[in-house]
Amino acid sequence: MKLTLKIWRQKNRNDKGAFVPYVMNDVDPEMSVLECLDVLNETLILRGEVPVAFEHDCREGICGSCGFVINGVAHGPERGTTACQLTMRHFKDGDELTLEPWRAKAFPLIKDLVVDRRALDHIIEAGGYISVSTGQAPDGNDILVGKEIADESMDAAACIGCGACVAACPNASAALFTGAKITHLGTLPQGEPERERRALSMVAQMNAEAFGNCTSIGECTAACPKEIPLEVIANMNRDYVCASFRRRDDLPTPVPPAVHRA
Amino acid sequence: MTLDAKIPSGPIQEAWAKACFDMKLVNPSNKRKHSLIVVGSGLAGASAAASLGELGYNVKCFCFQDSPRRAHSIAAQGGINAAKNYPNDGESVFRLFYDTVKGGDFRAREGNVYRLAQNSGKIIDQCVAQGVPFAREYGGSLTNRSFGGAQVSRTFYARGQTGQQLLLGAYQALERQVHAGSVTMIPRTEMQDLIVVDGQARGIVARNLLTGELTVHIADAVILATGGYGNVYYLSTNAKGSNATAIWRAYKRGALFANPCFTQIHPTCIPVSGDYQSKLTLMSESLRNDGRIWVPKKKGDSRPPNEIPEDERDYYLERRYPSFGNLVPRDVASRNAKALCDEGYGVGKSGLGVYLDFSESIARLGEKTIRERYGNLFDMYQRITDENPYKVPMRIYPAIHYTMGGLWVDYQLQSTIPGLFVLGEANFSDHGANRLGASALMQGLSDGYFIIPYTVGNYLATNKFPKVEDSNPAVQEAISSVRTKLDKLLSIKGNRTVDSFHRELGKIVWDYCGMARTADGLTSAIGKIRALREEYWKNVNVPGSGDDLNASLEKAGRVADFFELAELMCIDALDRNESCGGHFREEYQTADGEAQRDDEHYSYVAAWGYAGADAAPVLNKEPLEFHYVHPSQRSYK
Amino acid sequence: MSTAQVVSNQLPPVTFWQSTNGKKVVMAVTGVMMFGFVIGHMLGNLQMYEAPEHINAYGHFLHNLGELLWIERGIMLLAIALHILSAIQLATRSNAARPIGYSRKEAINSSYASRTMYWSGPIVLAFIILHLLQFTAGYLHPHAQFVPGDVYGNVVAGFQVWWVSAWYIFAISLLGLHLSHGLYSMFQSVGLAHPRITPLLKKAAVAISILIVLGYISIPISVLLGFIK
Ligand SMILES: Cc1cc2nc3c(=O)[nH]c(=O)nc-3n(C[C@H](O)[C@H](O)[C@H](O)COP(=O)(O)OP(=O)(O)OC[C@H]3O[C@@H](n4cnc5c(N)ncnc54)[C@H](O)[C@@H]3O)c2cc1C
Ligand code: HEM
Ligand code: SF4
Ligand code: FES
Repeated sequence: MKLTLKIWRQKNRNDKGAFVPYVMNDVDPEMSVLECLDVLNETLILRGEVPVAFEHDCREGICGSCGFVINGVAHGPERGTTACQLTMRHFKDGDELTLEPWRAKAFPLIKDLVVDRRALDHIIEAGGYISVSTGQAPDGNDILVGKEIADESMDAAACIGCGACVAACPNASAALFTGAKITHLGTLPQGEPERERRALSMVAQMNAEAFGNCTSIGECTAACPKEIPLEVIANMNRDYVCASFRRRDDLPTPVPPAVHRA
Repeated sequence: MTLDAKIPSGPIQEAWAKACFDMKLVNPSNKRKHSLIVVGSGLAGASAAASLGELGYNVKCFCFQDSPRRAHSIAAQGGINAAKNYPNDGESVFRLFYDTVKGGDFRAREGNVYRLAQNSGKIIDQCVAQGVPFAREYGGSLTNRSFGGAQVSRTFYARGQTGQQLLLGAYQALERQVHAGSVTMIPRTEMQDLIVVDGQARGIVARNLLTGELTVHIADAVILATGGYGNVYYLSTNAKGSNATAIWRAYKRGALFANPCFTQIHPTCIPVSGDYQSKLTLMSESLRNDGRIWVPKKKGDSRPPNEIPEDERDYYLERRYPSFGNLVPRDVASRNAKALCDEGYGVGKSGLGVYLDFSESIARLGEKTIRERYGNLFDMYQRITDENPYKVPMRIYPAIHYTMGGLWVDYQLQSTIPGLFVLGEANFSDHGANRLGASALMQGLSDGYFIIPYTVGNYLATNKFPKVEDSNPAVQEAISSVRTKLDKLLSIKGNRTVDSFHRELGKIVWDYCGMARTADGLTSAIGKIRALREEYWKNVNVPGSGDDLNASLEKAGRVADFFELAELMCIDALDRNESCGGHFREEYQTADGEAQRDDEHYSYVAAWGYAGADAAPVLNKEPLEFHYVHPSQRSYK
Repeated sequence: MSTAQVVSNQLPPVTFWQSTNGKKVVMAVTGVMMFGFVIGHMLGNLQMYEAPEHINAYGHFLHNLGELLWIERGIMLLAIALHILSAIQLATRSNAARPIGYSRKEAINSSYASRTMYWSGPIVLAFIILHLLQFTAGYLHPHAQFVPGDVYGNVVAGFQVWWVSAWYIFAISLLGLHLSHGLYSMFQSVGLAHPRITPLLKKAAVAISILIVLGYISIPISVLLGFIK
């Protein structure tokens, strides 16, 4: 099939950037969007042009590397699917596809479709863990965890850290990502001792980065390739509110936000 | 070179405890003064960096992705083994040890495997404490399933995302240390060379993938946990960025490379659909528990599968292996599929595929049960192929999945270069000639959480570390060799892309050093690889420059190393005149086509040493001794 | 090694207010207060369907509350002020969070109401101001003389002007739109949510908003149609 890819090309952060249309005459409906870009890049290289930079690694929807906005939707039109798993059969002969990078101040652009998502790592760094050092663990069955609890935790733990939620959110908020980790750990008895501290420090870091706020719009959860439910945000808010009512003065300071470090 | 694995004498059950007691300790207040480099942030690297940080060492951890959480361990689906015996079904440390040695077709070191089995339970405990949401029973205890044909249920899992959850646990532990200031995480940076000063591994040369800047990092010891080299084959279940560069450079700096030809083919992957194909997707092995594998009895039968009547189908695994049927080990299942497709019985457009049919289980158990068991896998299959596996059989084909070979290490996980430790899939240590399902995750975490924190301490406590300046000739030489290589790649500007070379290389290795190998084939493969490599260095086109994000340049460097490694794989495969595990030499098979081991001549680890660009690699042998598990012919009839 | 720690010298309420999550809680709480007022006010208004004396007596009663009335007005003013202050600060932050927008962006899941909170809110505010000026203070009252104390007469006179009614209906509909998302969103903001009750909450929010809109706009419509004279 024949397609036109309108791709955002930008050499680096200081470059202005613009859309460049590329006509592809021989797209196989079985290929993934990334394979389509591979094929385009092969021709660009042989024509002496600079290939399109895009991020990818596992190509099976689990590492969270890939992602851009396809025709106005983060990761493209299929629900619960990353860009690397989106096949071209979802498009029609003659379609035009607009590929744009995640747009958010907290995700400074690096090149073409590649952005810097370190802000997400910072949020985890601030407290997205259970403080247990190697060797300190009791037997795995010492603390029982009901199946429903484990399942609920797993639903939230499935987040792949791709950043599509931020990209899709009209406010560029990272609430879904942060809420997912707070829910994953806070739901489990193992995460209980640090629950409030975790909420305070992760929220503090989330706010220190240049993300917007949540207005419960719900675009994030629809774009999320792992369909993380919106309620994880409520869990974050609940833990945060509860924690805020208890005075705590031993909180870690947020690390400098990614936009400033860059 | 004589290879001393340094396994403590005495009963195997006590060996690790004895080794630990004999190790020298680093005074707590001195730990901060020791710097360590960990390359890789997968299960092995992240768990090592976190644990070493917790101990108080000054750690730098590197990965080439934008975040440590994206290491390819994230993709493991099935599960992780542990000798917990929660199901009360006869599991024990000894049984896990036994199964692993046997599964490895008697080409693994007993001492290492026993320790792995001993550590396995602690891994589960640690991960549970970190918040890994393993599957649970309603009563709240951990659930197990059987996996990879094991007769006991010893596999722990978190839906179909076990690797992801284990890695996130390790990643979070790592980030905690980053916050504590003990670990510095350096993402988007690729190790390009190892710095060896006066015989000790003392640092690395790394390239910042965004700016192209080459930086030198000096430390007291270097730990490589850079994963496997399955991408030699171009198409594999590995991530696109998975590479052999770090271990290959270490090899060229003097570390030995063990058993490079031991690679594993996974039988249940989604078949290739076209030339543009960039990678292969694994479908969990567990599917074989309920799916039946067949091909049409007639060659080239192009009818849709549902129109082929029952008596025109060949359920070849059930026919040939009545007692194990569809659950034969990975290597056996893969080889049979390939053989039938080669004879022309394959299905699908390319003819490279066999059916994995669930219609009978669906009729017997109901669609709901099948959906509960495999729903996410069926969805993934449908997403990729646009076929509904509840209605039509899946098409599957084998694909390269894991590399048992890797840098040679001793019991301390130290390579032949003092101060260079190797963990996880990057070393060769525990799986012999064939890895059992759900044991790679176990090995990576055992290495990182429970072995390296001890053995690195011993090394640090018993050695001296004179200051290494950037002006040191070894440092300068390493930097300039990296720069020369990158400049050369950028300057060729030929007529072919890196990918086109990589694809062609992969095809050669797959055809001749893949599922079935012959002496003739391997000899001709070596010639083809050399010729193609020569062309590569004359005709590759790497666009752009070396001072910004340039994916083609990254690939070009990796592929250059794959060429050399591919040749070593073929040399090793040619040298091993027997069939064992994943290494199947057609000349060496039993009358009914099974692998024929030659314990008399080949019961050793083949550890190859680099002898120079134009010299043949030197073979060193570490003899394998079996005191606890006695080598026998595997049989699945 | 333990995690690096510093002693925060900020009072928890300050930190709370400075966080986006804290401001959202403030919006939810003030939103609920305003919602309570909206309901009470509507019930009061519905007395228009009874004899004029009823609602006039009600108005009289309210005016004679004296200090209580002013306390109530003070609280409402504070709530509105905080609601608006938070809204402005959060909006500013969200705008800054995406300095470069998309050339093309599709909404795939969200309601129209949720995406327009920052529009419906200010319009409602403008309405409230005009509304107070009209019915409480008596400025802006068109045509007929504003008669302090004659609530019934003032309302009928006011709504008989078609464009007063039209603006009222429009603004109340926006209030309904605002609440149809707000009444659900506030549960998220304070952390009371569960996947099982969310669909229910969303439906309830819409249903209540519709009832409120109907309750309010029935009056100008009845006036225009001559049911209320
Ligand atoms: C699809 C799939 C499914 C699997 N399922 C299972 C399973 O169910 N059970 C099981 O036990 N095993 C499974 N395995 C095997 C197992 O996942 C791997 O063997 C294991 O995770 C490897 O871990 P690792 O830490 O050694 O390497 P990896 O996780 O591959 O990590 C390598 C790290 O090294 C870094 N790196 C690499 N090269 C460089 C360089 N030059 N410079 C800097 N950094 C570098 C990377 O950035 C990365 O962080 C599966 C494997 C695959 C591919
Ligand atoms: C009678 C008047 C009002 C009522 C009953 C009301 C009610 C609410 C409620 C319940 C919410 C949900 C809060 C949350 O999500 O936590 C909300 C949100 C909001 N309100 Fe109001 N509001 C009123 C007036 C206003 C005014 C005058 C403004 C404008 C300046 C405004 C602007 C907003 C905005 C922007 C939001 C979205 C906040 C968010 O979801 O992040 N509101 N309102
Ligand atoms: S919550 Fe969903 S969209 Fe957001 S980072 Fe995680 S997986 Fe991606
Ligand atoms: S490339 Fe890993 S999720 Fe898409």
